[in-house]
Amino acid sequence: MKNSFNRRSFLKTSALASGGMLIGFNLFNACKSDVKLPVDLSQLNYKDFNAYIKISPEGKVTIYSVNPEIGQGVKTSMPMIIAEELDVDWDDVYVVQAPLDIENYSGQVAGGSQSIRRSWQPLRETGATAKQMLINAAAAQWDVDVNTCSAKMGIISNANGETLGYGDVVEAAALLDVPEEVSLKDPKDFTIIGQGKGNVDIDKITTGKPLFGLDYKEEGMVYASVLRPPAFGQVLESFDASEAKDLLGVIDVITIGKKARALLKAGKPNWSVKLSTTDKVVVIGKTTWDVIKGKKAIKAKWKTDSALESSEEHNEKLLSLVNGKKFRTRRKDGNVNKAFANADKVLERVYESTFLPHNTMEPMNFFANVTPEKVHLVGPTQTPEAAANAVASLLGRPIEEVHVDLTRMGGGFGRRLYNDYVMEVAEISEAIKKPVKMLSTREDDMTTGVYRPASTYKISAAIKDGKLTGYHLKEACVNSNMYGLIPNFFPAGAIENYQVDSARLKSNITVGAWRAPYTNFLASAEQSFFDELAEELQVDRVQLHMDLLENVKRNPNPKIDYSPERLQGVLKMVVEKSDWGNVADGVYQGLSVYYCHNTHVAEVADVTMENGVPVVKKVTCAIDCGIVVNPLGAMNQAKGGVLDGIGHAMYADFSFKDGVPSANNFNSYQLIRMGQTPKVDVHFIESNIAPTGLGEPTLPPVGAAVANAIYKATGKRLTKLPYIKNMNSKTEIVG
Amino acid sequence: MPTFNLKINDKTHTVEADADTPLLWVLRDKINLVGTKFGCGIGQCGACTVHVDGNAMRSCLLQVSQAEGMEITTIEGLSEHGTHPVQEAWKAIDVPQCGYCQAGQIMTASAFLNENPNPSNEDIRNAMNGNICRCASYNSIEEAVKLASKKIS
Repeated sequence: MKNSFNRRSFLKTSALASGGMLIGFNLFNACKSDVKLPVDLSQLNYKDFNAYIKISPEGKVTIYSVNPEIGQGVKTSMPMIIAEELDVDWDDVYVVQAPLDIENYSGQVAGGSQSIRRSWQPLRETGATAKQMLINAAAAQWDVDVNTCSAKMGIISNANGETLGYGDVVEAAALLDVPEEVSLKDPKDFTIIGQGKGNVDIDKITTGKPLFGLDYKEEGMVYASVLRPPAFGQVLESFDASEAKDLLGVIDVITIGKKARALLKAGKPNWSVKLSTTDKVVVIGKTTWDVIKGKKAIKAKWKTDSALESSEEHNEKLLSLVNGKKFRTRRKDGNVNKAFANADKVLERVYESTFLPHNTMEPMNFFANVTPEKVHLVGPTQTPEAAANAVASLLGRPIEEVHVDLTRMGGGFGRRLYNDYVMEVAEISEAIKKPVKMLSTREDDMTTGVYRPASTYKISAAIKDGKLTGYHLKEACVNSNMYGLIPNFFPAGAIENYQVDSARLKSNITVGAWRAPYTNFLASAEQSFFDELAEELQVDRVQLHMDLLENVKRNPNPKIDYSPERLQGVLKMVVEKSDWGNVADGVYQGLSVYYCHNTHVAEVADVTMENGVPVVKKVTCAIDCGIVVNPLGAMNQAKGGVLDGIGHAMYADFSFKDGVPSANNFNSYQLIRMGQTPKVDVHFIESNIAPTGLGEPTLPPVGAAVANAIYKATGKRLTKLPYIKNMNSKTEIVG
Repeated sequence: MPTFNLKINDKTHTVEADADTPLLWVLRDKINLVGTKFGCGIGQCGACTVHVDGNAMRSCLLQVSQAEGMEITTIEGLSEHGTHPVQEAWKAIDVPQCGYCQAGQIMTASAFLNENPNPSNEDIRNAMNGNICRCASYNSIEEAVKLASKKIS
């Protein structure tokens, strides 16, 4: 396939001082039309690239991984795409995590399952361009027509049977013009993409090498632990640090908060941080244990600064919001009011979810070394650019002086989109004039989090003459509302009269993105509703969806964000693979089909009842994410998303009373464990369509698949999370 | 500050620490063995699992003063070249997602298989139930333990 475009606008190459060639491109600018022309090639250095290949004269290939790695597998899958088009042996590739490069680039983010989708084409073009330049250099050396040359697995050959390795011509290639046109491979010729490649960090992970933020150390580094208010609505009044200061390993006790308050006053809060008005007490010590002990020895007094809120009152207010009249209308097709006025029957249900903490296994932590020359930050963040900007404004430093190195992350799930902990450590390092590592305990993380907001949905369906004629979704959410495209997800476009409204409840509890924001519960609500609706309409559950999707195909709607054909495809596949309707006695199946994060998914849960408690035995999952770049990584994401979704839907019991969370560690909060996990059977639709992400899409549908199966088993509709608690089943923590 | 002699991965280390310091923080901050991870600090998640005289133990709950005289093995010392059958199985199945909990999972699995080289699936699920994986790589962990047991027995 020939691909012609203005490559010069974003591809750059450079000869390396040490020999070899760099080729790179401005990954996200590549998607824009107004990109700048490249600078003088001879002046290029490391900073001119945010994703690139380094080829040594020996033919070894280093591929830099741009995006933060939170366990979603991009450090393996993104370099695979480059290596495929570059046409090298994957075993010869060494992958290195690139640092943040704010000066030239944007878009180094892990979020929204977008890394693969956005980078697919630019990564292929980069690999293919490097390959073409190497071939051009070889052709020049042989003095033959370039069209008689080809390259495979790092070796270039010509019609005379001569061969040269990439390393043999790399220095000459680096001096060539970037070709205007390159060939991309036909997907059927892929040898790396579509093959399961193991995690590039597997050896380090399985032998315990330093990889994560918590593992990072520097000479002279001290440790810090931050004492924050125990309840939302409280601020520091006074504290007595004398006992803490008497401890041998405690170096000092300081307070921070002034800088964050100043920033807040100046009206410069960055979306990626939650700024607090309180002072915080910081214990500085020689080791982690010293600061953990020191913090326990602080006697702090807190005063109430704003309301001490409770979930009970939130839930009542959310309910009155969905039943009230104050809304922002997010989408309106046809005339819902008329459809409901003319209906023979109206089905109306309310679904309620709780706040959720993220509970990344690696707690929040970050390293900072603030010196007069520069601000060096190292650690786990999903948004390094936002972190650098936040710290620059906090400390009043030019952004050029802020350098962020990325570590592998012990999970993200959205928590590390918010850089409150990065700002804290920067303020601490500036105050003590030392390199310092701040770490949170599990209790800190669960008590002062950025939670999935509690939300309530009210869904109503108008039925006339046995047909669905109107659909009205109302959302009420604490401090937040669904984002732009969600109202265009299924069933948008399938029902003539369709309306989505949202309302917000203000609170002093900080909320934010949690794996598959909003849809992580919206899918449970809608797909539970459709199960009940099918029963009400006396139509088969699968058929109801197939018919609604037929409506979309018949009446194409430019304002929908999913493909009816692809949703039908995963639905058919899951029906076949799950033996839908043909299971043994005592096994109950529930279905759910959903689109989010550009990926189409259908799931069937098989549930049995044991001593009155539902046990999920198996989940069958059909996915259409286009081309599967790395089947091993894709399988891991898909299974992990399903099990994570089951765990949080079934067990996650989290609420606030007087501003204090109901749980602060794993002895009072159930995260799913192996004994509670079913087998997940994953199937991918074979496809040549450009790939989409997998970090989130398998999570949202599974709650409803389980709830619908439990309904079949018990006759009880579950509308409130967590399901087990709300079935009045035993809720003791299993550990 | 008192001094302790610890036998870790067949080497003796002399460390100064408060007697109540959990072994976890001695390993990580004093001896620079950072493969053992902090997850909860209360023995609930298993990220800090090490072998003490061959048994899987939570290093966040074991005080350094109690660890003297014991044979301690951490993930770094499980095998010389990372080729213990459990490590090999982890690679073959490609278990990790974020990878943070996996050292603890591997240490629990290797101690368990030492005791029970031929476990049933139910034995595996019971043995591994104390280790949380927030990415929920449980299907793969289960498979990898099974695969390792086949290599061992």
